[in-house]
Amino acid sequence: MSEMKYQSPVVNPETKPFWDATAEGKFLLKKCNDCGEFHYYPRALCPFCFSDKTEWVESKGTGTVYTHSTMRRAPVPFCLAYVTLDEGPTMMTHIVDCDLEQVAIGKPVKLVLKETDGDAKLPCFTLA
Amino acid sequence: MSIKGKAFIAGVFEHPGRELPDKSLAQIHAELAKGALEDAGLTKDDVDAYFCAGDVPGLGAISIADYMGLQLSYTDTTETGGSSYICHIGHAAAAIAAGKCKVALVTLAGKPRSEKMKVGTGSRAMGGTDAPEIGFEAPFWPSTANMYGMAAMRHMHEYGTTSEQLAWIKVAASQHAQYNEHALLRNVVTVEDVVNSPMISDPLHRLDCCVITDGGGAMVIVSPEIAKDLKRHSVKVLGHGESPKHVGGGRVDLTYTGAVWSGPRAFEEAGVKHADIDYASIYDSFTITVLETLEDLGFCEKGQGGKFVSDGNLISGVGKLPFNTDGGGLCNNHPANRGGITKVIEAVRQLRGEAHPKVQVPNCEIALAHGTGGSIGTRMGSATVILGRE
Repeated sequence: MSEMKYQSPVVNPETKPFWDATAEGKFLLKKCNDCGEFHYYPRALCPFCFSDKTEWVESKGTGTVYTHSTMRRAPVPFCLAYVTLDEGPTMMTHIVDCDLEQVAIGKPVKLVLKETDGDAKLPCFTLA
Repeated sequence: MSIKGKAFIAGVFEHPGRELPDKSLAQIHAELAKGALEDAGLTKDDVDAYFCAGDVPGLGAISIADYMGLQLSYTDTTETGGSSYICHIGHAAAAIAAGKCKVALVTLAGKPRSEKMKVGTGSRAMGGTDAPEIGFEAPFWPSTANMYGMAAMRHMHEYGTTSEQLAWIKVAASQHAQYNEHALLRNVVTVEDVVNSPMISDPLHRLDCCVITDGGGAMVIVSPEIAKDLKRHSVKVLGHGESPKHVGGGRVDLTYTGAVWSGPRAFEEAGVKHADIDYASIYDSFTITVLETLEDLGFCEKGQGGKFVSDGNLISGVGKLPFNTDGGGLCNNHPANRGGITKVIEAVRQLRGEAHPKVQVPNCEIALAHGTGGSIGTRMGSATVILGRE
């Protein structure tokens, strides 16, 4: 099976630290210092309490499959998924580098940063 | 204050075409407006309000108002995808009740079929490059089919819903579509046909997906004073509710839709119960859209949608809740990749007693129409309207 070719993400001033970190092999989350909650995708203002005291925290990169759907009508079938991180938030991602027929809800996964056509890498997951 | 009884749908028109390569988008909007005004027995000079959504060409309502030569005192460009037009009914009724306008025109048009859009399987990140989520979603190729597929997969996991149960929704739509001469797909299908059709994105098969068509629809919403002088039968707006639902900063739950909020608001305003609903138009971009919506509107317990739709329960003359008697988005028409207005049009036909005789609900007095816009897999708009024959 040939590899999925990923395009680099749209980056803006608010999300640049996230994507810069991926280029260095790190996957960051935003945590609110007022209410203590993690959220995703990362924002400057906490979507739960609207505090602007949010900070970047490196994720452990582990979680479980919340749901998934393998697109069969693509040149290379790929598995779109939501993964629930051990820190709490559920995020859109791909399940990669494994037999996609083995992907199932609830299975543990771990982070894989995939190359794009730019400097940023994409936070994807593989079966743990 | 309530909008109940403050506005009437006086005219509707659905474009008979399903592939319109030789028309401009503005032209289709105008043809639809003309059709709906003629149905109402009004002229374009009677129109003082225009409602449209993201499918309209040019600057909001202004370019198309210029094209059609409308002189307006009120415009509304509420954009919530396929639910926009059901929002528009509530907004128009409120504007009429407040005295801001008397005759509101709503149009929807699009040409995705002739433009060969890969609506279901191509990447469908919405909202342009400034959309706040784009960097975190678009690189993963969220198309329409795989996002709805993720919702179906989770619903199956939590509630034991099956592909065969989902297939019953398409079966019911196809039973109705066979009588609609304009429907894109008129062939009657079985549960086996649906589950044996090619897998598009797990667990959704090709026949779980709606059609891709050109065309559109229009409606004219008027004050009670205007309605009483018209020759055609006008349908009363009884209640309306709307609500967006999103992924909540990472607190994702794909097993329900915004109908959990829009539905109760519409029922409360209308002052009716589920047993009072004689006919329902339910937005059907995919079979799973219908199943979750029916649960969320309260037609059955959460998680029991699979049982509810089985064995022909949605087929007119067979089941307890006749739905989408025009064939819906699954068989008839999904213009501009957003069929919200066609849901209202078929509800009005039912309430006027003008649906095809083979699918007309006897003594149809109260109907519900529900729209879903955006994506059930990320962020959506949900809107519900309840209409009465009187």
